[in-house]
Amino acid sequence: MTQEELNNIIKPENLVYEKSKIMTNNTLSFCPGCGHGTAHRIIAEVIEEMGIQEQTIGISPVGCSVLMYNFLDIDMQQAAHGRAPALATAIKRLMPEKYVFTYQGDGDLAAIGTAETIHACNRGENIAIIFINNGIYGMTGGQMAPTTLEGMQTATSPYGRDLKIMGNPLKITEMVAMLAGTYSVTRQSVHTAANVKKAKKAIRVAFENQKLEKGVSFVEIVSNCNSGWKLSAPAANKWMEENMFPFYPLGDIKVEGKLVK
Amino acid sequence: MAKIKGAIVVDNEACKGCGVCIVSCPCKVIELSKEVNGKGYNYCYMKDPDACIGCASCGMVCPDGVITVYKVKSE
Amino acid sequence: MEKEVKLMKGNEAIAEAVIRAGADGYFGYPITPQSEVIEYLMAEQPWERTGMVVLQAESEVAAINMVYGGAACGKRVMTSSSSPGISLKQEGLTYIAGAELPCLVMNCVRGGPGLGTIQPAQSDYFQTTKGGGHGDYRLIVLAPASVQEMSDFAELGFDLAFKYRNPVMILTDGIIGQMMEKVELKPQKARKTQEEIIKECPWATVGKPTTRERNIITSLDLVAANQEKFNIKLQAKYKEIQEKEVRYEAIKCDDADYILVAYGCSARLCMKAIDLLRANGIKVGLIRPITLFPFPSKILFELANRVKGFLAVELSAGQMVEDVELAVKNKVIVKHFGRMGGMIPSPEEIVEALEQKIIGGK
Repeated sequence: MTQEELNNIIKPENLVYEKSKIMTNNTLSFCPGCGHGTAHRIIAEVIEEMGIQEQTIGISPVGCSVLMYNFLDIDMQQAAHGRAPALATAIKRLMPEKYVFTYQGDGDLAAIGTAETIHACNRGENIAIIFINNGIYGMTGGQMAPTTLEGMQTATSPYGRDLKIMGNPLKITEMVAMLAGTYSVTRQSVHTAANVKKAKKAIRVAFENQKLEKGVSFVEIVSNCNSGWKLSAPAANKWMEENMFPFYPLGDIKVEGKLVK
Repeated sequence: MAKIKGAIVVDNEACKGCGVCIVSCPCKVIELSKEVNGKGYNYCYMKDPDACIGCASCGMVCPDGVITVYKVKSE
Repeated sequence: MEKEVKLMKGNEAIAEAVIRAGADGYFGYPITPQSEVIEYLMAEQPWERTGMVVLQAESEVAAINMVYGGAACGKRVMTSSSSPGISLKQEGLTYIAGAELPCLVMNCVRGGPGLGTIQPAQSDYFQTTKGGGHGDYRLIVLAPASVQEMSDFAELGFDLAFKYRNPVMILTDGIIGQMMEKVELKPQKARKTQEEIIKECPWATVGKPTTRERNIITSLDLVAANQEKFNIKLQAKYKEIQEKEVRYEAIKCDDADYILVAYGCSARLCMKAIDLLRANGIKVGLIRPITLFPFPSKILFELANRVKGFLAVELSAGQMVEDVELAVKNKVIVKHFGRMGGMIPSPEEIVEALEQKIIGGK
């Protein structure tokens, strides 16, 4: 193909995909191939497509995505480790007309913030919780998380997670689905284009649900941690399919207040 | 029959060379360049532009949003 | 307009006062001896009166973080607890101080350490005035000595919190919280409208319009030089607070040879002790710090030029006395007297302590 032929394709009227305008121009602080970036992007796309930049308040956690506020062009608060659902609770109750979401990793949401997670879900706060589960503490250097799989090697389970010593991996998404205060609970991934589309739809539903005032919309995204898992990005995604998905199966768990799994 | 032609534009300096787009491309269009960008990453580029159908799979999976996708239909 | 006077517990008075101060939200968790605050609010249903939100959180940790979230939206929000619960809130408080958010917290102090006792104490002075959580930060600390002040300090607390974008702690104790006194209630103030909040708190995260940059509430800056710059800014703020916001009450100090220094319930005990001492011809006055941070050091320093000694009376092993010593700078004798673990001294014990430790002391 000649440069001229290419130039004829690369024209504004032929645009089919570009980075959301809700994403800032700051370079994402994540490792190459990390699913966090993709998850950030689709949240931005949903906010842009719904036209709710002015009505949205996001909460970033402690961990790899602590700097989310540098990447999304919306008003954001940064929470102490695990406390994002408490912040979201207050924001939503004080400004019920706003869209409020938390973005939390597995250490943040399923370990130190378990109480805040469970109780915000149980109270039925009208918020969206986006939960990134990569089975590891990324930011602190790849230590064992509550979601770390059996046998999985991490910095604090160097010989693999031994269930007898270290306890069991936690399926917190299934737990919150059991609570009366959750309205929609789903588990997605963002490692292929088809999965990105599904995850984005789930996030859109989670935002739209806030107007129904029927409780928490909870979206788990099973994701990778190439650095923590010590794999290349494509290899990590393959490992995720083979190891994470059997234990954390993708799909809806609760739809419109009813368990479907 | 309508023919679909696509093309991608990569923000070379923002690309981290993770290769997720390469795996996602159904037409094997993309490869990592031998050159590195300012951060030392081998950025992705269209090795086989003729094969691109503008499906945007690469754009959708790119964690850093560095790929912009264009598409035309011609008779 | 006729005055609205009621007989109320200190804890009830502050609960009613925050509604009347136009608060937007209260987030709490029950703990003795301050559970009346949330009980009063839940019974009063201020959401019907003013639209104020009241929520019983799952823990003190959650409650203070709800306060963080609400404060970050420019709302007037409050939480309250007692010593063990306040210890749990320290994480939230340092984040709130680090993000420069305004909020009101009440600590109805009980005896410690640990689970301690439910009886009154003043042993959280260090925790409250010297930091409590990690990092170089300060709370503005108000110490009410009556049910009336429990009521009055709600609005004052919010005003100071918003003036300086800083958390304000009302440091009270089981006596002031539980005792009933006559209180004159202030008239209801309107809650701030969203438009007023946007105007008065341009930093608030209320949703980003196209007309301004996004607002970010965080205490994180990974660049050490920036973090130091921010710390210097914080210290300048605390210095300004120390220059402008010192509040204290001086009672019978003009002719005094000796000064008692006491806040909260201890100041009330000292009042009686002063009457007993003056009846015996001993000229004693009282400095009652109303703000514990900023501490009224200047007046103590001035008094040190003409009095013979100071006795700090606190329900603790001696915490505020260190600030008295720093203020007096060894000019005259400074001693401490206090009971601990929920025990309350009689005025006679204070008289005896002054006579033995100061008048007969060296």
